[in-house]
Amino acid sequence: MNYADLFRVTLPETALEVAALLVLLVDLGLLRKAALKTRLAASVLVGVMGCGVAFWTLGFQGSGGLSTGTLNLLASGGLVQVAQSAVLVLTALTLLLLVGSTFTRHAGEYVAVVLMAAAGGLIVAAAQDLLVIFTGLELLSLGLYVLTAFAKGSGRSAEAAMKYYLFGGVSAAFLLFGFSYLYGLTGSTNLQQIVTAVDGSPASPLLYVALVMVAAGLGFKVAAVPFHLWAPDAYEGAPAPAAAFIASVSKVASFALLISVGTAAVHVTGQAGFASPWSLILLVSAVASMILGNLAALAQVNVRRLLAYSAIAHAGYMILGLVYFSRTPASAAAILYYVLTYGLTTIGAFGAVAVVEQATGSSNLDAFLGLHRRNPLLASVLLILFLSLAGIPPLVGFWAKFNLFAAVLSVNSGALPLGLVALAIAMSAVSLYYYLQVLKRAWVLPPVDSTPIQAHPVVLAVLVVIALAVVILGCFPAILGGWIGGFVQ
Amino acid sequence: MLAYTIYLSFAGALLMALLPKDKPALARWLALGVAVSGLALAVGGFVDGMGQGRVVLVDLAWVPSMGIHFLLAADGISRVLVLLTGLAAVAGVLFSWNIELRTNQFFAFFLALIGGVYGVFLSFDLFLLFVFYEIAIVPKYFLIAIWGSTRREYAAMKLALYSFVGSAMVLIGLLASYAVSGGHSTGLVALGHAHLPVGFQMAMFPLVFTGFAILAGMWPFHTWAPTGHVAAPTAASMLLAGVVMKLGAYGCLRVAISLFPHGLDPWGFSFIGIGSWRDVFAVLAVVGIVYGALVALAQSDFKFVIGYSSVSHMGFVMLGLVTLNQIGVTGAVMQMFSHGVIAGLLFAIVGRIVYERTHTRQLGELETMHLGKRLPFAAWAFVIAGMASMGLPGFSGFVAELQVLVGAWIAKPWWTIAAGLGIVIGVAYTWRALQKAFFSDAPPVLHAHEEGFAAMTWPEVTGVALLAGVSLFVGLYPRILLDTIEPAVKALLAGGGQ
Repeated sequence: MNYADLFRVTLPETALEVAALLVLLVDLGLLRKAALKTRLAASVLVGVMGCGVAFWTLGFQGSGGLSTGTLNLLASGGLVQVAQSAVLVLTALTLLLLVGSTFTRHAGEYVAVVLMAAAGGLIVAAAQDLLVIFTGLELLSLGLYVLTAFAKGSGRSAEAAMKYYLFGGVSAAFLLFGFSYLYGLTGSTNLQQIVTAVDGSPASPLLYVALVMVAAGLGFKVAAVPFHLWAPDAYEGAPAPAAAFIASVSKVASFALLISVGTAAVHVTGQAGFASPWSLILLVSAVASMILGNLAALAQVNVRRLLAYSAIAHAGYMILGLVYFSRTPASAAAILYYVLTYGLTTIGAFGAVAVVEQATGSSNLDAFLGLHRRNPLLASVLLILFLSLAGIPPLVGFWAKFNLFAAVLSVNSGALPLGLVALAIAMSAVSLYYYLQVLKRAWVLPPVDSTPIQAHPVVLAVLVVIALAVVILGCFPAILGGWIGGFVQ
Repeated sequence: MLAYTIYLSFAGALLMALLPKDKPALARWLALGVAVSGLALAVGGFVDGMGQGRVVLVDLAWVPSMGIHFLLAADGISRVLVLLTGLAAVAGVLFSWNIELRTNQFFAFFLALIGGVYGVFLSFDLFLLFVFYEIAIVPKYFLIAIWGSTRREYAAMKLALYSFVGSAMVLIGLLASYAVSGGHSTGLVALGHAHLPVGFQMAMFPLVFTGFAILAGMWPFHTWAPTGHVAAPTAASMLLAGVVMKLGAYGCLRVAISLFPHGLDPWGFSFIGIGSWRDVFAVLAVVGIVYGALVALAQSDFKFVIGYSSVSHMGFVMLGLVTLNQIGVTGAVMQMFSHGVIAGLLFAIVGRIVYERTHTRQLGELETMHLGKRLPFAAWAFVIAGMASMGLPGFSGFVAELQVLVGAWIAKPWWTIAAGLGIVIGVAYTWRALQKAFFSDAPPVLHAHEEGFAAMTWPEVTGVALLAGVSLFVGLYPRILLDTIEPAVKALLAGGGQ
């Protein structure tokens, strides 16, 4: 390893950390006496610019990654760059949602923590080595715990953060324990070498134990059943921009990591050794997530909890893509496409929920009654985003699903994958019911209180841009698909 | 030219959504303008296409990496159904003239639905067809849930979920055929030529056929239809029965039957006379014909009578499709057109002309109002529509059902006998409804708010004249449609000629 490489590959992370320090300097130093509004705006501005600079530096990383000797530590370029770009764009969008919120007086700290967590996300997306993976995950997770607890005035926020932290701590322990087994079994911490070491031999029980523990750690990050229990509470209790960050950026980074694991796994013979126990574990988790997420969402009365269960269901679909992972980059591209557009849509959904919540004091279903009269534009945005989550064409959510399931079937079109895809599609038919529950209140039922709901112009602009993106990317799926595809060659 | 029907409708929908809320008259006239232009385009396309086979309208690479094309084309079947959609759209706008609640939104959803329907009939890429098919689901939900009546939220949700489950089944078939054919193209012609394995076709055919048949109201998946029709506002009932159910039937023909022709082959064994999926669906169709008619006979709500009659009439379409012979399938397509026009007319009379004046749909109450004397226009319009619905010669229904019955006789005579029973019951329930609603001799009872019924308005008269005129014209001169339908059906049945 030489330090020039290190500097080059971690340029975006560095940019984010510098921006984080700058935010603190601006907020706690220069603007100490200013009004909260100004401080929020200034912090968000610096944060977004930091994301912009980091995005710009992605181009200088090159495609060699960072390695010591033969060990690859961080990858760069290719699909990793796609994931990192997504992390940065989505982070900037969640930061913009902060404008106009009132849950905290500590604008600078909030933005700084977001930027640091995003830097963790960048590392997670690129990591190829167990130790680097763990470091990145912890950097990301610690930020998320703090963000969840950021609404100091709210007991819910504290409770959610405590639950999230405890679950997170335990799952990190599992992950580390699993990693230690993997190291013990193979003598390496590098993903590629671990996979190569166990290749060709039938999977030992110890490998199963190790992989189950790793799956527990990573399953926690993506909120896959049975490691999902924190999600509804955290989504409900966290301040809305933080919840949007957890639901989008953290998801993208974690799925990028799962893609790295999958890519390493299929590069050897494919079936024996590492890949078959890993696929089996993922398969169980995917099926459980799809079924439980969708069915539990049916019973929710709080829209944030509903979004949490829907997130679990969406994680299930994406994990299905990981189960049947192709040797070509097609599967990886399809999963990235899905998680990226899902993250975008979810940020919009949380933003819309936050606006309603700020006006009505509740994020229950009934808070959305008559939204079409109270704020027609917001109601239209909500319509587009929720229909996209349900997978109705021509919105991007539909195309993402189609693309993902087509990738699954192109790997294997036997009876089992076909049955699983059928299950996933059937479950997304179920999901229409609960998304329509929200839309029904927003569009059909009469309002209880018909005073207009005002949204901050910046927030509204972000939401409209997201909704437009959902429509345009859905109508012209080749735009984003082509962009991702461009990184594969 | 036909492709512009789609663009025009969606542009109209978008424009409606952006219109100011307090200008209902503007929204109405614009919607009428869009619908009439759509109809004009449809007629133009129909006339242009006479004597021609399949014509490609637009072919753009949509997602090149997956071989998905934005491929619009029209053959005889498409042209006839696009014409039907144009008629239904114009009539629908005319019979929605009295919508005052959120008028611009109503027409936005209405035109979006119409656009989706045009799209389905013109798509020759399975992916594109599916996209349009699903686009049509959401507006239906809102049209019923917001502007509907009787248990509207329940009915709207039921319809949305039934449609979505049906389309999920179709999506599975789409993905599986795409993968099994090698993942090169989703074009209907390409998939049809991909020589999908026979076992695969056998497995996929019932799935995809049922998925589409749910929307066609095939028994026993029809239960969304009566509740949906009854709850929907008049224009939406007209569209549901008039064109949306046809989407399902069209999908059965264009996708299920033509992509998986071997799915209809005999299984090699038979159980109580049923030896193939074809027999299964024929039995379901026949049961639907008879069951729908019998239930219609027992209804006390006028609109439910028409709702169940739709199930019965759509049974003829499904029966015609599974005959798999030239005359039967031609009859099925003809019946799609004919029922679209007649059901639209019936729903307009019951849901708009009569209900808006009497505020009841209960036959028992209508009986005491002597509408035959007090609303002579409605009464005579219903007589005409009823005769058309019964399948009397001189109307489009006669030509259509006769061909289906002949086709069924060629396939299996007992299908015809059973379906013929449905026609007889059809006469009975239409007669019963006509007599009870309009020409009853029950003693008159004075109702509170009925001093004088409002006079007929021009949109009502125009709408009735349009639909009744078309049914009569096609009944007297069926060749105008048959000449277009027959070659297309022939090509489709010959296989590969999509």
